[in-house]
Amino acid sequence: MSDKKVRASALDEGRRSGDGRAFVGMPSFPEAAHEAVGDTTLRANLRHATHTIRDKRARAVAELDDWAALREAGKRIKDETLRHLDTHLLRLEAGVTDAGGTVHWAADAAEANRIVADLVRATGETEVVKVKSMATQEIGLNEHLEAEGIAAYETDLAELIVQLGEDRPSHILVPAIHRNRGEIRDIFAEKMGSWGRAAPEGLSDTPAELAEAARLHLREKFLRAKVGISGANFMVAETGTLVVVESEGNGRMCLTLPETLISVVGIEKVVPTWRDLEVFLQTLPRSSTAERMNPYTSMWTGTADEDGPRAFHLVLLDNGRTDALADEVGRQALRCIRCSACLNVCPVYERAGGHAYGSVYPGPIGAILTPQLRGTTSEIDASLPYASSLCGACYEVCPVAIDIPEVLVHLRERVAEEGGKGHRLEKAAIKAASWVLDHPNVLAAGERVASATRKVHPKRLPGPGARQWSDHRDLPELPAEPFRDWWRKNRT
Amino acid sequence: MRVALFVTCVNDAVFPSTGVATVRLLERLGVEVDFPAAQTCCGQPQFNTGYREETGPLVRRTVRAFEGYEHVVVPSGSCAAMVRHHYPSFGAEAAALGPRVHELTEFLVDVLGVTDVGAYFPHKVTYHPSCHGLRMLGLGERPRRLLEAVKGLELVELPGAEECCGFGGTFAVKNPDVSAAMGADKITNALSTGAGVLCGADNSCLLHLGGMLRRRQDPLRTLHLAEILASTEEEPWR
Ligand code: SF4
Repeated sequence: MSDKKVRASALDEGRRSGDGRAFVGMPSFPEAAHEAVGDTTLRANLRHATHTIRDKRARAVAELDDWAALREAGKRIKDETLRHLDTHLLRLEAGVTDAGGTVHWAADAAEANRIVADLVRATGETEVVKVKSMATQEIGLNEHLEAEGIAAYETDLAELIVQLGEDRPSHILVPAIHRNRGEIRDIFAEKMGSWGRAAPEGLSDTPAELAEAARLHLREKFLRAKVGISGANFMVAETGTLVVVESEGNGRMCLTLPETLISVVGIEKVVPTWRDLEVFLQTLPRSSTAERMNPYTSMWTGTADEDGPRAFHLVLLDNGRTDALADEVGRQALRCIRCSACLNVCPVYERAGGHAYGSVYPGPIGAILTPQLRGTTSEIDASLPYASSLCGACYEVCPVAIDIPEVLVHLRERVAEEGGKGHRLEKAAIKAASWVLDHPNVLAAGERVASATRKVHPKRLPGPGARQWSDHRDLPELPAEPFRDWWRKNRT
Repeated sequence: MRVALFVTCVNDAVFPSTGVATVRLLERLGVEVDFPAAQTCCGQPQFNTGYREETGPLVRRTVRAFEGYEHVVVPSGSCAAMVRHHYPSFGAEAAALGPRVHELTEFLVDVLGVTDVGAYFPHKVTYHPSCHGLRMLGLGERPRRLLEAVKGLELVELPGAEECCGFGGTFAVKNPDVSAAMGADKITNALSTGAGVLCGADNSCLLHLGGMLRRRQDPLRTLHLAEILASTEEEPWR
């Protein structure tokens, strides 16, 4: 299946399933990655983009001599908050309610979608503008609203590109990272007209012209919209304040112009106090866009007279998070502040691309978060914990010190235990190998046979495992004798 | 000083020359080397693939094999990292082996306190720092300092050195396309240096890269660091 077809069919499945699991029916990671690896344009786009941002991040982080302390502080704040999550959430609810907002609790994607659709319908509106939000993508909100006859317009530049291109985001921060300027120009020229204001005649692919086309197209939507939908980067429990961190200013428009604002936020985004933001407002921009400070930080507390939205609704989303919280090793994934630094350094992400991860959370964080949120029963979800060489580059850059390799191995244990496709055979092979390795005499005998017959070994082998290896590599020529025999002859 | 050599299963079966070189090097530096025959595999491949239960017997075997040795030297960053970082989760006895295990360059630089081991290797060499040595052990500049002190050796910088080569144990088999793409990029970088030797301190990575190089018939060979350090003017290595 070609990459585009993978994307399209996953999209169809998502629309049909309507439960927010927009990638149901995805092929396993290695299958999906196969196409991406062979797509030279995609590889070049990703390589260029990830290497540029990765180098910039390293410089931005190196500027701070207390980076290690900030990282440790971020980790601690998140861990301590997660330990008493219920208390902090109730405090948040009280804060939001006192400030004139309404809090809704959603156990899963379906419930969250239903709540949001009902809220929009109650306003009598049939269109909404959206701030870039991972949580609403996770639950497939746009697709759900569309099915309810409500049009949702993405206003983040990259999300707009993805939406107009009927595509899927492939990066947390730069959802259209897989597209180059030429591709974006074509999408704008072709699609903008059918969604609203068309792109100017003779649009070129210079960043300034592309941004201007988006600005004109979006401005029309901002000024008309009566309902805005957002996520949030942080929720401060002590005052019931929500925080959105962004670069373009479109978020500020969506958060302030509409009469009704609905925010859908994962329960793990709560922090106890304003002081805690001191840490994250330093680590997040440097880790994500390599900026010392992001251009726009919007904060709002409930509603205010004569200013901003008249009505504010907060939908607190669980959708698998309490399951992850119950896992002692896996729960550290909930510390994630979605900076995407781990994607940008990941050699696997760079070559497989974001779509192969079959979820809105690609890259290393996706590989540990998705199987915890959705379980490991589908083919794609069961293959995600293996989508890593365990090189550890992600852990090194993570601003909240999530030990991603540790969680990957932990989830591999879970998948192996469940004994799905291929794993029963693998378990038997591993058991046999471990038995041999626990019997040095048997091992030595095997090594000797292999060495003695080395001249007749083929360079390529059939069979599962061996074929995958020898498709790309020659097998090594075995030595005349194993080390243990050399030792016996020469040193004893 | 007396040490135990933990040669590792890959070196025992596929790269005995690395074990021989390690013995020759250590003995040249006045170290007495033992090879406890009960040793086999540290259990890392099983562990990293998600088979903790099957790893247990190998952990216990390794711990027993090296009982009583104050220093255990292992010419593999990956196996050293397994023992140091993951053995503690298998109990106190297993945890106690961690601090006694030294990856080869750690042993040379930190325990013996040498960087010039008296080696001679008149070739142009580039060095790939394998991920587990680099990130889990924090080997840092140790391998480079050792290589820089080798007489006749010209060390050239490997572009993108800190990027994973794509081996990753069973990753190479479970994700063959991505693994091969990573390996190909590593090889392109290594070839761009004009070096004749791609040196590493982990033979599993070199097994993967060497296999690709042979398939492509590129003019570059892989060699474990120990074999370069073992080479002298009197007894050159290959
Ligand atoms: S896991 Fe860490 S590095 Fe990756 S997106 Fe989350 S916070 Fe950032």
